[in-house]
Amino acid sequence: MATHETHGQHDHNHAHDHAPLPDRDGAWSDAQYLEAAVRELLLEKGILTADEIRRQIEAMDRRSPEQGARVVARAWVDPGYRQRLLQDGTAAVRELGIEIEPVHLIVVENTEREHNLVVCTLCSCYPRNLLGLPPDWYKARAYRSRAVSEPRTVLAEFGTAIPDHVAVRVHDSTADMRYMVLPRRPSGTEGMGEAELAALISRDSMIGVVTLAPPKP
Amino acid sequence: MKPRFRTGQPVTVLQAWPRTHCRTPFYCRGKTGIIERLCGAFRNPQELAYSGEGLPKSPLYRVRFRQQDLWPGYRGKSEDTVDIELYEFWLEPAA
Repeated sequence: MATHETHGQHDHNHAHDHAPLPDRDGAWSDAQYLEAAVRELLLEKGILTADEIRRQIEAMDRRSPEQGARVVARAWVDPGYRQRLLQDGTAAVRELGIEIEPVHLIVVENTEREHNLVVCTLCSCYPRNLLGLPPDWYKARAYRSRAVSEPRTVLAEFGTAIPDHVAVRVHDSTADMRYMVLPRRPSGTEGMGEAELAALISRDSMIGVVTLAPPKP
Repeated sequence: MKPRFRTGQPVTVLQAWPRTHCRTPFYCRGKTGIIERLCGAFRNPQELAYSGEGLPKSPLYRVRFRQQDLWPGYRGKSEDTVDIELYEFWLEPAA
């Protein structure tokens, strides 16, 4: 049995059904050089350690929409919490151990009369501590420009039909606030507990591009 | 710094075109909306972007615009809105 060497010239103990994939290591961009230079200086001057940087990256990669779903599920089962969440999102998510500062959280609630949609037309501001990394489409120019100018068409492309009697409220995340949508609780979930509810709540429903369907029986 | 505007007050965004980093989208400049809420006071991003202190802090508001006031020929409903965060120094009382 051959020892496992770098891919490409090793002896095989497994079958390949494809041609070798090219490495995508192109030339570095200016930003990559800048990041490496700053990082190496921080290490060299003893301001940060490599382990601290690694831990921070690991912590950032661990963020996921499950945090936001936990917040929404709590608001659905606890009217007092829902009220605090709409009043002061930053403080309410801190109750659940989620820190959003230095930015501030505004939670906007979908109702029978209003549907909320979040966008950042200037860049890609997003409540990462609650929802993880933003999806690629959220950062794309097409979504950023069209979500503010033709939101109903964009929503329809996500499969979300907004009835005429419901107002569409777009929130352009241009400065120090971050936004999360509190979706409507689907019917057929009356007996469910918080954890079961949280499992129903999608990332996209908290951005506002979809609504939540009743659970399949 | 005492906020100059109150919730519900109509305000117009300045028709200014500074050649610097700023957080005021082009599509609302010169447009009129209603103060939705005061968000607090924050450092000026137009100075922070160039290593400045951004002080004194400026009141930041959410201003609610009617879609049909922003986009000629808007094809949604007349109740549809966009809320945009805007710093006080970009706003003046609506005429």
